[in-house]
Amino acid sequence: MKKNALKSSSKTSKENIRLYLNFNERLFVAYLDIYLFLRISNEVRLCVCVCVCVCVCVCVCVCVCVCVCVCVCVCVCVCVCACVRACANSKVVLCALQCSPLQSRCCVVQREAQYSTISSPNEKVIKTCKKMGIQTVAVHSDVDSSAVHVKMADEAVCVGSAPTSKSYLNMDAIMDAIRVTGAQAVHPGYGFLSENKEFAKRLAAEGVAFIGPDTHAIQAMGDKIESKLIAKAAKVNTIPGFDGVVKTAEEAVKIAQQIGYPVMIKASAGGGGKGMRIAWNDEETREGFRFSSQEAASSFGDDRLLIEKYIDNPRHIEIQVLADKHGNALWLNERECSIQRRNQKVVEEAPSTFLDPVTRRAMGEQAVQLAKAVHYSSAGTVEFLVDSKKNFYFLEMNTRLQVEHPITECITGLDLVEQMIRVAKGYQLQHTQEDIPINGWAIECRVYAEDPYKSFGLPSIGRLSQYQEPLNLDKVRVDSGIQEGSDISIYYDPMISKLITYGATRAEALGRMEDALDNYVIRGVTHNIPLLREIITHPRFVSGHISTNFLPEVYPDGFKGHQLEADAKRELLASAAVLYIAAELRSAKVLSTQRVASTPVECSHWELCVELGEERQDVQISKSGTVYTVEIDGAKVEVWGALNLASPLLPLTVNGTHRMLQCLSRDAAGGIVLQYLGTLFKVRVLSKLAAELNSYMPEKASEDTSSILRSPMPGTVVAVSVKPGDTVAEGQEICVIEAMKMQNSLTAVKQAKVKSVHCKPGETVGEGDLLVELE
Amino acid sequence: MAAISVARSSCGLINGFKVSLRSVARVKYGAVSVTVPQTSLHRSCRWYSVSHLSVKERIDQKREAALQGGGQQRIEAQHKRGKLTARERVQLLLDPESFVETDMFVEHRCADFGMEQDRNKFPGDSVVTGRGRINGRLVYVFSQDFTVFGGSLSGAHAQKICKIMDQAMTVGAPVIGLNDSGGARIQEGVESLAGYADIFLRNVMASGVIPQISLIMGPCAGGAVYSPALTDFTFMVKDTSYLFITGPDVVKSVTNEDVTQEELGGAKTHTTVSGVAHRAFENDIEALLNLREFFNFLPLSNQDPAVTFALIELITNPILFCLMSHLFFSDRLVPSLDNIVPLESTKAYDMLDIIHAIVDEREFFEIMPNYAKNIVVGFARMNGRTVGIVGNQPKVASGCLDINSSVKGARFVRFCDAFNIPIITFVDVPGFLPGTAQEYGGIIRHGAKLLFAFAEATVPKITIITRKAYGGAYDVMSSKHLRGDVNYAWPTAEVAVMGAKGAVQIIFRGKENQAEAEAEYVEKFANPFPAAVRGFVDDIIEPATTRKKICQDLEVLASKKQVNPWKKHANIPL
Repeated sequence: MKKNALKSSSKTSKENIRLYLNFNERLFVAYLDIYLFLRISNEVRLCVCVCVCVCVCVCVCVCVCVCVCVCVCVCVCVCVCACVRACANSKVVLCALQCSPLQSRCCVVQREAQYSTISSPNEKVIKTCKKMGIQTVAVHSDVDSSAVHVKMADEAVCVGSAPTSKSYLNMDAIMDAIRVTGAQAVHPGYGFLSENKEFAKRLAAEGVAFIGPDTHAIQAMGDKIESKLIAKAAKVNTIPGFDGVVKTAEEAVKIAQQIGYPVMIKASAGGGGKGMRIAWNDEETREGFRFSSQEAASSFGDDRLLIEKYIDNPRHIEIQVLADKHGNALWLNERECSIQRRNQKVVEEAPSTFLDPVTRRAMGEQAVQLAKAVHYSSAGTVEFLVDSKKNFYFLEMNTRLQVEHPITECITGLDLVEQMIRVAKGYQLQHTQEDIPINGWAIECRVYAEDPYKSFGLPSIGRLSQYQEPLNLDKVRVDSGIQEGSDISIYYDPMISKLITYGATRAEALGRMEDALDNYVIRGVTHNIPLLREIITHPRFVSGHISTNFLPEVYPDGFKGHQLEADAKRELLASAAVLYIAAELRSAKVLSTQRVASTPVECSHWELCVELGEERQDVQISKSGTVYTVEIDGAKVEVWGALNLASPLLPLTVNGTHRMLQCLSRDAAGGIVLQYLGTLFKVRVLSKLAAELNSYMPEKASEDTSSILRSPMPGTVVAVSVKPGDTVAEGQEICVIEAMKMQNSLTAVKQAKVKSVHCKPGETVGEGDLLVELE
Repeated sequence: MAAISVARSSCGLINGFKVSLRSVARVKYGAVSVTVPQTSLHRSCRWYSVSHLSVKERIDQKREAALQGGGQQRIEAQHKRGKLTARERVQLLLDPESFVETDMFVEHRCADFGMEQDRNKFPGDSVVTGRGRINGRLVYVFSQDFTVFGGSLSGAHAQKICKIMDQAMTVGAPVIGLNDSGGARIQEGVESLAGYADIFLRNVMASGVIPQISLIMGPCAGGAVYSPALTDFTFMVKDTSYLFITGPDVVKSVTNEDVTQEELGGAKTHTTVSGVAHRAFENDIEALLNLREFFNFLPLSNQDPAVTFALIELITNPILFCLMSHLFFSDRLVPSLDNIVPLESTKAYDMLDIIHAIVDEREFFEIMPNYAKNIVVGFARMNGRTVGIVGNQPKVASGCLDINSSVKGARFVRFCDAFNIPIITFVDVPGFLPGTAQEYGGIIRHGAKLLFAFAEATVPKITIITRKAYGGAYDVMSSKHLRGDVNYAWPTAEVAVMGAKGAVQIIFRGKENQAEAEAEYVEKFANPFPAAVRGFVDDIIEPATTRKKICQDLEVLASKKQVNPWKKHANIPL
């Protein structure tokens, strides 16, 4: 290909330039579970840079940085075009090298810019590539054809239909896409094929660079059994467990008894909490074995399982490592990822409140030892479990970029994607261990499309009818692959975005996170912001006293939303009442020459009744100027602010405190749904008369739910274990629903006879769909 | 005799005391002490002006009785049924203290079957009538009182209703009827029937002059149902209201069908099956509050332009202003529309998503949301100005037009046209629904109604073709050819005689390479160009700019003047 490029570069006609583009160096990259192809050519680089410049001109800060880049590229191009064409064929990293001194100087500016007001989407890899002057190609499934990464990339290739096995896991299609576009490198993102050794092998066979570690390292670390052995050999602390594949459920029970309960059953090829189950007794071991092997088979195409001792009350702390192909490796400090549900991370922070410099160094050094032991290159993560005595045990090594990598970037100032691309091209690390600082504190919340009230989050689907990221706030970064109007489908992980805030101290970062969550507008799908906001404001979290059992310990009866205290409740009711009055006043403002009362009733005092749940409260409101004074229960609440009925955001000043409320809906019958302190509250505001008369209105009976089984989430029916006429015992499995790669067993609430079955295996069901009726 | 007169006078004294107390109490609380000397003064006056006071007394007595309706016991019974009384309803519907009652003293004139007895006379009879204001705008209201003879309609009752309807016509203000009546007053016989006919006549005369709304809040049976049927909108209350020509008993005796009241004429039946009612609400309070909201969309009469509301209170904080300006200004872009239409033309999407995203404050008052769901109609505001929205709903039956949806659409379009409300039409229609059921049901003449309504309408008409506009249905849906003022197409629009597959089967019948021919057809017709090159659409617009364009056009079209040729009236294919 290089030769072709050289040949064509000797000609000068327009066609040849096109030819040249086609044959020029290409990289193949994917990110955020999505593949991107990268291409480079100097002519194009100029265009890209100019484009970037135009696009980002809005943002003054970035402009500085990009302008510098453009200068560099112009220099390169001028010299290239004028002098030797062969130079134009310089490698990706050559350019990066040329730019690098400038870039590192720009780095501060750039980072500032990312925290402020970049309006473009946040597909990090493409952004980094653009910054480095590399062209990108995105791969996507048919349902993702209008996704953000597809729009951002220079080229896009569809690799199949929605199910992952037919698109993002379809190696043949992806290899074809690489061939067609002539990409020279692949960035696998995280998830899907990012830790697939087969894929890395096939790429190597085609001579395409894999932006990630070698096949050898993926293989060694991808297999949990082998990785444990290697870790042991490299003198890394490991958890006691069974070093081998468990074949049957009975064998699993036997081993579990040997190690002693509790035990963890997990997929050998797994990651991300999929195919992972904790068992406290023999029965749970059998069940866990069955589900884990099924999940492992469907997620990774490999149903091998292993068992190890489960450490109670642990913290999940991981070390980011970065290694090059020359045997150098660094540890880039830790990330605390203890807040998890169903073994999937929800809130992460860097650094950890728990580690002291000594432990940090010890963990970092062991992580580097391990990386060196497998001749690791690229970015990777070594996960540890840390017990309350600061003993740490190696858990596994993720040979890919992780979802939570931005917080490490925040506190260290490194661009990990850029480093990965550099390493893949064979360059030495730019930094030494001493260069790696801990600057400030960064928190990441994973915003999921899921219902936090159902076991801390069951997937929900829908169309984002309104979507507004809190990018107007300072030092807030949002990495998302979606935009207003996007569909959250049942086919992929329900993550909406990663919300990252940064501050000089932890308190500052947490405060920003609160603001960011309050300002985040998501409509059309149920999301977990209520839960996230509760976690980051919970006293236990704020004090840093956390473990991986945080959620079940803090919310033993399940998450119930924010519990209002008297003051907060008054604020909420007052805000709702003021919103109601604002709407009433607006309704009376007819603009055109309609016949209205010649003496309009100038009302400035109202008596209302506000209902929240079962509770009813009489309130009195008076308005003077733009300030509303609301009297509830003898206490006065002053409310003022922009009561814009069209806006989902409701910035109010309540008793002198700024509060960002959100109004989700308002109906004619006085029903108002407000998001206050993260949680949704259904309030009903009625005039005093209507409230009095409302007592005559009959309560309408609701449906008896004990005898019907409805789908708790959208998904696919995997198995139906009953048929009409069967008698089921309480707790017996009725059917299994798979959603977002998780299998959920639905059980009977009471002993009953099955009346009718409304679903069959393989069927797609929506949330609330009737599955089975009992008698 | 003397003893009796003494007793009477003392009784009168007590009454006088009560009255004066009440009258004082109305003026100001806490002035009781002052009333005592006044009472003694009354007493001295009393001997000389008996007749004067007794009229005043009687007025007060009558007023008191009128306010009580059928008495406390019946009011309690009404409440127990989960229903409010006629006066409570009026109070809730209208702005506080705005109700001005008429004919409080009217009584029925029936002298048969003991009806002439005093205990059977109720001042105001079984209906409360008057005028008032909703958000400051004039409206005439009648509210039937179920506590008086079951709200049955007497001659006097009808006369009261007719009176306010006549006045509403002369001043040009809407009439809202709150129906809760057992039917005709049987004791009055033909007078009651005459009363119905008087009301029907006025309903018809007022049709298209002032908006008429019926809210059914109890039974409404027999001939009485035709008054709501003649009005522009009929709303119902779930579980407590019924509309039928003949009740379940008669049905049983005539057709031997077993049917409950609810099944025969409940809110669910009429909002989903028959299409008689336009919407149903949970209970009296929700119904009345929603009616207030709905009233905001309507002009007072056909002489008034569409209602425009002030959008926002001015935001004084400049930072907030910048932050939020994109949300309410007419030229705000709606990026979520850019990817709302799926790539596969067979895949459904929700037309309501488009409507909510485009209109002010995502507020859309849908008419008949549960009937003929393949067409969506309702009211919304664009930049504060009321508009009527008609849209095919691809989510239901692919959005095709059938008998029910044509009739639903046609009636709505005619209402908008009659009351100067601009019509915005979103088109994604694969055609008319085929089949014997439709043909036998008369889809031809029913479909013609929608065509007629769109063609006849002279209000501003803006049409957006979002995806399919196939066949005759394309013509019907407010096309350029039917005097559409502004017709837009989205880039996803396909204006053609039919879908690619069907067309290819006809054009290339029996030929091979159907797939290739299909691709060629798609290339040629499955895009907005064929219509755009002929000027049948004015522009192909980016979906995100739709709101901006519509708002601009509405501003321009506000002064649109178009007159149909003189005729006594048109002959719509009924």
